[in-house]
Amino acid sequence: MPERIRIIVDGRELHVDRGVTVAAAMMNAGIRAFRQSVSGEARGPLCGMGVCMECRVTINREPHCRSCQTLCEDGMEVQTR
Amino acid sequence: MNGAAPDVLIVGGGIVGAACAWECSLGGLKVMVVEADVPGSGATAAGMGHIVAMEDSTPEFHLTRYSQIIWNELVHEMPAGVEYLPCGTLWVAVDEEEMAGARRKQASYLGRGVPAELLDARQLAEAEPSLRSGLVGGLLVPEDSALYPPVAAQWLLTQSGAEVRRGRVVSISDSGAQLEDGTLLTAGIIVNAAGAMSSKLMPGVPVTPRKGHLVITERYPGFLRHQVVELGYLKSAHAAGGDSVALNVQPRATGQVLIGSSRQHGATHKEIDRPILSAMLRRAEEYLPGIMDLVAVRCWTGFRATTPDKLPLIGPWPGTQRVWLATGHEGLGITTGPATGRLVADLILGRTPAIPAQPYLPARCGHA
Amino acid sequence: MSAFDIAVVGAGPAGIAAACRAAENGARVVVIDDNPAPGGQIWRGEKSEPWIERFKRSGAVLERDTAVDERVRQRGAKLILATGARELFLPFPGWTLPGVTGVGGLQALIKSGLAVKGMRVVIAGSGPLLLAAASLARSKGAVVRLVAEQAPGGRVTGFAGALWRHPGKALQGAELILTLIGVRYDAGCFVEEACGEGQVEHVRVRRGERAWEEKCDLLAVGFGLVPNTELAALLGCDLDSGFVRTGDWQQTSVPGVYAAGELTGIGGVEKSLVEGEIAGLAAAGREADAERLFSRRASWKRFAARLQSAFALEPVLKKLAREDTCVCRCEDVPLSELKGRASWREAKLQTRCGMGSCQGRICGAATREILGWGADSVRPPAFPTKVRNLIESKSS
Repeated sequence: MPERIRIIVDGRELHVDRGVTVAAAMMNAGIRAFRQSVSGEARGPLCGMGVCMECRVTINREPHCRSCQTLCEDGMEVQTR
Repeated sequence: MNGAAPDVLIVGGGIVGAACAWECSLGGLKVMVVEADVPGSGATAAGMGHIVAMEDSTPEFHLTRYSQIIWNELVHEMPAGVEYLPCGTLWVAVDEEEMAGARRKQASYLGRGVPAELLDARQLAEAEPSLRSGLVGGLLVPEDSALYPPVAAQWLLTQSGAEVRRGRVVSISDSGAQLEDGTLLTAGIIVNAAGAMSSKLMPGVPVTPRKGHLVITERYPGFLRHQVVELGYLKSAHAAGGDSVALNVQPRATGQVLIGSSRQHGATHKEIDRPILSAMLRRAEEYLPGIMDLVAVRCWTGFRATTPDKLPLIGPWPGTQRVWLATGHEGLGITTGPATGRLVADLILGRTPAIPAQPYLPARCGHA
Repeated sequence: MSAFDIAVVGAGPAGIAAACRAAENGARVVVIDDNPAPGGQIWRGEKSEPWIERFKRSGAVLERDTAVDERVRQRGAKLILATGARELFLPFPGWTLPGVTGVGGLQALIKSGLAVKGMRVVIAGSGPLLLAAASLARSKGAVVRLVAEQAPGGRVTGFAGALWRHPGKALQGAELILTLIGVRYDAGCFVEEACGEGQVEHVRVRRGERAWEEKCDLLAVGFGLVPNTELAALLGCDLDSGFVRTGDWQQTSVPGVYAAGELTGIGGVEKSLVEGEIAGLAAAGREADAERLFSRRASWKRFAARLQSAFALEPVLKKLAREDTCVCRCEDVPLSELKGRASWREAKLQTRCGMGSCQGRICGAATREILGWGADSVRPPAFPTKVRNLIESKSS
């Protein structure tokens, strides 16, 4: 069994398997809106491979992180805006 | 002259050419603009769009301030894409010597009727929290602003109603503007507004290209509030001859951060020069340490048109009957484009300009 | 002096094959990739792929670097580009809704941990990737409601008939078909609109005059692949019809720089592997060994050509976007602002289309398809990166 770790998304605790990306973990928690577009639309992952930049979130206070290219780490804090 | 020829043919659809087209059309002249590429895609797209009143010399002040006043009327008619941001300029002092410079600069601005406010170290930190600690103070010039030049240039061209023709001009003389494909475009007056290219079209025009680098980041709303410029700008950026960099960082209306500036003589290729780019970014880091952790989306370069005395060339070119210049604006072309256009129209139409035109006349270059 | 004989950019099939063949022949090789693990998109998350096992034994060094730019040329005496491809997206109403992903995008998300068990999925667009994604989603418990292939049935059947020439592919195809029993595979239809409040809830599918709705939790849609040529362009490599131009040894127009895989022409994993092997051998000075692979490469190139013609895009797909449909997702530029622009360059300067975070990687390819614009010059960095990564390292 993979190790279980804990990340916090918008203040909400998620328990996820190590090796899962932030994007997958968030979608598994039912989160679809990862960011707001420049005109305020909700957007979520599109390309899944780090190209389209739609899945950007703030991770550990750093904005514009591609959640599909970032593996979950224990204690990671994620904000969607 | 045949009936179809325009009164004024402007070579170059950058901000200067577009402003000339706009002002000449307003003056009732029939205008054609010929541009080799997409309008506003040359130095206009490689300028920061900083609308700044400069007071290093009286002619520079007159042109920049006059143009700033015209801009302030124009921007309210322009589309949102022009991204007008009344951010002011914050001149930053690292030591007492530069602070003394700030005081002199303030006196100069105030004496010319331009608001300018001295900030001490604490006020500076409050005004611009991303600046490093330990700076001595600064000078805030609140009426300066920033905008996105390519959209402004296109708007001026469109609104002017001028015919915009795509074509690469290879030479300009009294007989007309010769295109690459052999076509000769004629007009009552031909204005060379080709920026860094202007001396290629007219050998003898004392304009040389100077290369500049820019970097733009992702959106970081709140990272920067003012256009931040070092007071050492004059000694570093205008250092005679050699290549130089200076702190010149701008908040965009989008929340992006636009990082300048560099100046290189003699560089002819448009590729990024890593050493000068690195020096420019390290200079920015000296003042804004957090800038290194912002994500950059794009680096690019452009060529600015420089003249030996650092003033633009606006007016008739001696030794010709119908060839005029509107070029040589170096790093101030966005600021001074509208005033240049107004001066060109004033001089063509025989109106008395609001500022003395004499300092910018190409006749000063002693060419015949 | 470079520390390595050969630097390889990209750890997908082409890069791994190149690295293996070069390192096994004694070259000092570094492979640079921006993903958390080697394998590229096709082998993402696969632990038992023999090529990855072989790569780990080869002696090549793997580095993760998300800020590769033209300075990578200094990393090795020779450079092999294997930067792969991304998906082609064509804008249609609703394509920006959360829950609409790429087809490769859905695969990548599943391989990186997305649980799709019980989710209703529609897979649409074009190409063999649709089948692979459907197979993967179904194996993970998704309810695949429909696979909508835009190419008419006749073309798809013709292609399947030609598969016998390529035994490996035929086997894969058969496996897929077995897995897919029970999944509706409709050729000649496409998704014309995705609808929902805040996320996709249903899609409108059209075949000719007939249109119907399919409820779904996820829509995966992709129209094939476009090569990642940004780094090659920054390095000055000549392109030909959007792909990097290469010679017999996979060499590009820039001396010492090779290219292999999807960026020389879309063709799938086998073409990438054989091109990677040739590039790795040639860069390591083993031209004779490389030459023995030429016929295999020619065979996979023929396969690639058949693939392209079987799944060529129907013109109607390029007209799905409405006036208010967002084309540039980074800057929210609708189609109405782009129509009438003379070029991609003008659109960039006047509308911000392509000036945002992805630097036109998505909308650039889309506007080439739907508006017929050409490419614009590529500006560094090859990929958005921290300002500090633009600076020359102090040691150099």
